[in-house]
Amino acid sequence: MIHISVQQSPIDIGAEMTRAEVAGAGAVATFTGLVRADDGVGTLELEHYPGATEASLLKVAQGAVERWSLSAAIIVHRVGPMYPGERIVFVAATAAHRSAALEACAYLIDRLKTDAPFWKRETRGVEASWVEARDGDHVAAARWDKPKV
Amino acid sequence: MTIRMVYFAWVRERIGTGEESVEPPASVVTVADLVDWLAGTSSGHAEAFENRSRLRAAVDQDFVPLDTPIGTAREIAIFPPVTGG
Repeated sequence: MIHISVQQSPIDIGAEMTRAEVAGAGAVATFTGLVRADDGVGTLELEHYPGATEASLLKVAQGAVERWSLSAAIIVHRVGPMYPGERIVFVAATAAHRSAALEACAYLIDRLKTDAPFWKRETRGVEASWVEARDGDHVAAARWDKPKV
Repeated sequence: MTIRMVYFAWVRERIGTGEESVEPPASVVTVADLVDWLAGTSSGHAEAFENRSRLRAAVDQDFVPLDTPIGTAREIAIFPPVTGG
């Protein structure tokens, strides 16, 4: 089961967890990303490329399902304006055992950071700026390209 | 050939629009050629496309390198490196 959502509305973790659990398996691993406030960010706005975003996320989820034989892969990403403390992204992987679930969960979030067309714009006071891409995100995503040992 | 151009984030802001229809000349073969040609159409385009290394592209919604031929593309997107999640 694959579930992809790009939405303006808040992320309902309870509903998404239920979706992950009813897919049926021994392990569900999840990751939740929150809007950080620690450097004075007042608001964060997410822009995306409608159509291409959903296709990219579907590809990321399909990659995880195939690689770890998941029974579920879930990616929920918010777009539009949001505030510090709010959930910006949620991913879940349901697998027979914990190692596959945990690895697949890391893969989902690492890959979506570099593969899906989202852009963040932060506001601090009256100043607004686009968030620059981080090299570390590409390093994290690239580790999944290496052959498994 | 008419191509629908779409722009995102600061590329969109600098150009001043999120989309436009363009008819590039036959000499435009690759996405990079298209960017070069568009840079000459307005000061906003020139500013948005000033640093080619900061640009990414998608042809008919597939991410591609800038040296990709545009072929019979109907929609080409130009945007900064992505920063989601």
